[in-house]
Amino acid sequence: MNMMGVKPCNWKLDIANARVDLSHGAGGRAMRQLIEGIFHKAFDNVWLRAGNDQSAFAVPAGRMVMTTDGYVVSPLFFPGGDIGMLAVHGTINDIAMAGAVPLYLSASFIIEEGFPLADLERIAQSMGDVSREAGVPIITGDTKVVERGKADGVFISTAGVGRVPDGLDLRADAAHPGDAVIISGSIGDHGVAVMSKRENLEFDTAIVSDSAALHGLVAAMVAVGGNHIRLMRDPTRGGIAATLNEIANQSKIGFHIDETAIPLKPEVAAACEFLGLDPINVANEGKLVAVVAPDGAEAVLAAMQAHPLGAEATLIGHAVADENCFVQMTTSFGGRRIVDWLSGEQLPRIC
Amino acid sequence: MKYIAEYRDGRLAKDMARQIASTADPVRSYHFMEFCGGHTHAISRYGIEDLLPTNVRMIHGPGCPVCVLPTGRIDAAIALAMRPDITLCTYGDLIRVPGSKGSSLLKAKAAGADIRMVYSTLDALRIAEAEPDREVVFFAIGFETTTPPTALALKAAIDKGLGNFSIFCNHVLTPAAIQNILESPDVRKLGTIKIDGFIGPAHVSAVIGTEPYEFFAEEFQKPVVVAGFEPLDVIQAILMLVRQVNDSRHEVENQYIRAVTALGNEKAQAEVANFFEPRESFEWRGLGEVPYGALRPRPQYEAYDAEKRFSMVTPAAKDNPACECGAILRGARNPADCKLFGTVCTPDTPMGSCMVSSEGACAAHWTYGRFREKARQPNAGTAVA
Repeated sequence: MNMMGVKPCNWKLDIANARVDLSHGAGGRAMRQLIEGIFHKAFDNVWLRAGNDQSAFAVPAGRMVMTTDGYVVSPLFFPGGDIGMLAVHGTINDIAMAGAVPLYLSASFIIEEGFPLADLERIAQSMGDVSREAGVPIITGDTKVVERGKADGVFISTAGVGRVPDGLDLRADAAHPGDAVIISGSIGDHGVAVMSKRENLEFDTAIVSDSAALHGLVAAMVAVGGNHIRLMRDPTRGGIAATLNEIANQSKIGFHIDETAIPLKPEVAAACEFLGLDPINVANEGKLVAVVAPDGAEAVLAAMQAHPLGAEATLIGHAVADENCFVQMTTSFGGRRIVDWLSGEQLPRIC
Repeated sequence: MKYIAEYRDGRLAKDMARQIASTADPVRSYHFMEFCGGHTHAISRYGIEDLLPTNVRMIHGPGCPVCVLPTGRIDAAIALAMRPDITLCTYGDLIRVPGSKGSSLLKAKAAGADIRMVYSTLDALRIAEAEPDREVVFFAIGFETTTPPTALALKAAIDKGLGNFSIFCNHVLTPAAIQNILESPDVRKLGTIKIDGFIGPAHVSAVIGTEPYEFFAEEFQKPVVVAGFEPLDVIQAILMLVRQVNDSRHEVENQYIRAVTALGNEKAQAEVANFFEPRESFEWRGLGEVPYGALRPRPQYEAYDAEKRFSMVTPAAKDNPACECGAILRGARNPADCKLFGTVCTPDTPMGSCMVSSEGACAAHWTYGRFREKARQPNAGTAVA
C-alpha cells in the first residue's frame, strides 16, 4: 500500500463525484493518491505512516495464530453494516475463536473500474472505525483495480495475527460427550439483514446485521473458564447447523440440541418463514458457539451473559457419543430431526 | 409469530399424539399416504413420526413437482438453454435436478447457458421486458398451486405485447395422479402398497377445492383429509383419518378450513382454464404416462408455448437403473430401501430427483430422519448427556 518516492499528485481527489479508474491500480501517482487520500486517512496509524511496503512489529513470546478471509458480500451496504465492517470483524473473530488476542490486520482490495470513490471512502472509514474500536490496527495492505465487469464493486481480503494466552489450546477435535453447547445470542440476524436488501427480494425489516468483534467476549470467557473451554467457532456461512456438523465430524462425536432453547428474534423467524429458510442455516457475524466441559459450563455461561455481546447467551444442548457424528435436534413440536449441512448454496455471497 | 407458532405448539402436539394413541386400534395397522411433498417435509422437519404409535405409518406420495418431472424434460430444457438466443428463467429448486449423463441446469449455466434463477413469474416477465433482444423462456412447473401465476404471466405478456416471452409448460394435475396411484396394480391387485387413506394437499386444495377428491373417496373407498402444511395440521389430519378408518367411513374431510373450501378458488380456476388445456397424456417420473395428468397452453397461445415456438423435443431418457425414485414416488419402496440412498446419492450428489427437492421423500429422509435407520443398528447413537 506504500509508494514512497513518487511525487504527490497536483490534483485533488474528487471523492464526492469521481470513480475508480484503471489508473488507480496502475502504480502511479493516481494510485498513491487513492491510497493516501482514502485508506491511510481512514486507517491512520503509526505503521502506515512509516510508509514501508510491509510493517514490522515485535512478536510476543508464546503461540501465535494467523488467519485470512475474503469478503464478497452483496449488497456492499446492508442494515447494520457494510463489507468493510465485515472484513475487520470477521478476521478478528477467526483469531478470537482460538481464544487468542488479535494484534494486527492486513487489508487487500480488488476494486472494479467505475466504483464510486465516495463508496470506497465510506467502506474504508467503516473499517478504520471498527478496527480502532476493537483496538486491532490495519498495518499493511494492497490495492488492485480490475476492468469493469471483472469484479462486483469491491472485494476485500483481510488477514490477521494474534497471540494465544499461555496454556490455552482450543482445537476442533477436542469436544467430548457430555460437553455443553452454548450460543452467545440470537441466530440468523446477519443473513436476514443482507437478504432484506437483495435485488428481487427487498423487504422492510427492522433486523440489522449482528456484525461485531468478539475478542472482548472471548477474553471474558477465557478469564473464567480457560481450561474448560474445548473450542469455539463463529457460525458464519451455513449457520449453527454447519458449525455443529463441522465440530461433530472433527471431534467424532454427535450433538443433541433443543430447538426451543435456541435464541431467535421473532422478526428473523418471520423473515425466514416467508423466505423458506431455516434459521439454523442462516449466517451470523457476531455470534459464537462454545463447547465447554460440563464442570465449567455454568461459569462460562455466566461470564458470557455478563458481557454486552453475550447477554442472550444460552445453553442449547450437549455433545453425545455417536459414531455417525449426527447433530440431532428435539423440535419445538416434540419430535426429533437431524440438523444437516446445507446442500448447495442457500444464500450466495452472504459475507 | 402470530398465526404460525400456534400451529407448531408442542403441548397441543402431545395432546393430539395421546388422542391418536388411544384411538388407534392396537390390533390393526394404519397406512396413510401424504400426497404432497409439503406434508412430507413437515413430517420430517418436525419429527412427527416420533409422535405416532408404531402401528400408524406414513407413506410418502408423489406430490413433489420437481421429483415427478421426467429426466427427458430436464434434458429438453438444457438443450433449449444452450441456444445462444435463449434466456431460461427457472425456480431455484430445478437448477440441480440431474438430467441424463450427469447433466443439470447448474452445469449448463457453468458451461455458458444463460440460465437465471427467479423467485416468481413476474421476475421472468421483467427480464423479458428489460431485454427485448433475448428470447426469455420461463420453466413453468408445479401442481395446481403454481399454475394460476403462470396463467397470469401469460395474460400479462399478451397485454404488454411481449413477443419474446414464452413458457416451457410442465404443470401437472393432482387428481389424475392420485387416481393413477389407486388404479396401479401395486395398490389394486398385488397389495404391495397398502393405503388406508390420504392426507390431501393443502395449497393445491385451496385452488381446486375439496370436491375433486369426492370421486376417489367414493370409488376407491379411501378416506381423504385435506390438511394444512403446519405440523399440527398434519397430526390432526392423521387423527381424523384414524377415526374414519375405525368407523369404516371413506369421506372427504377438510382439516384446512382456514384456507380451503369445497369449490376452491374459482377465479384462479377460470384463469387457468382460459390459458391451458389438459394433455391427453404426460409422463410422470415414477408413475409413467398419466392420462390427462398435465396441462399445456391452449392452441391459440401457441406463440407463448416454448415447445411449439422452438420445436422442442423431449428425448427418451433412461434413469440410473439402480435408482428407486419411481418405486419411492409410488409409495412401493422406502428411501432407505434404495441401494444408492446415502451411498452415492445424497443431496450434494443427487442421482434421482427425490434427492433434489427438499420436498422429495429421499431428501427429507436424508436431511432430517436418517438417524432413525442408524438407531435400528446396534451400538449407534448412544446419548451420554
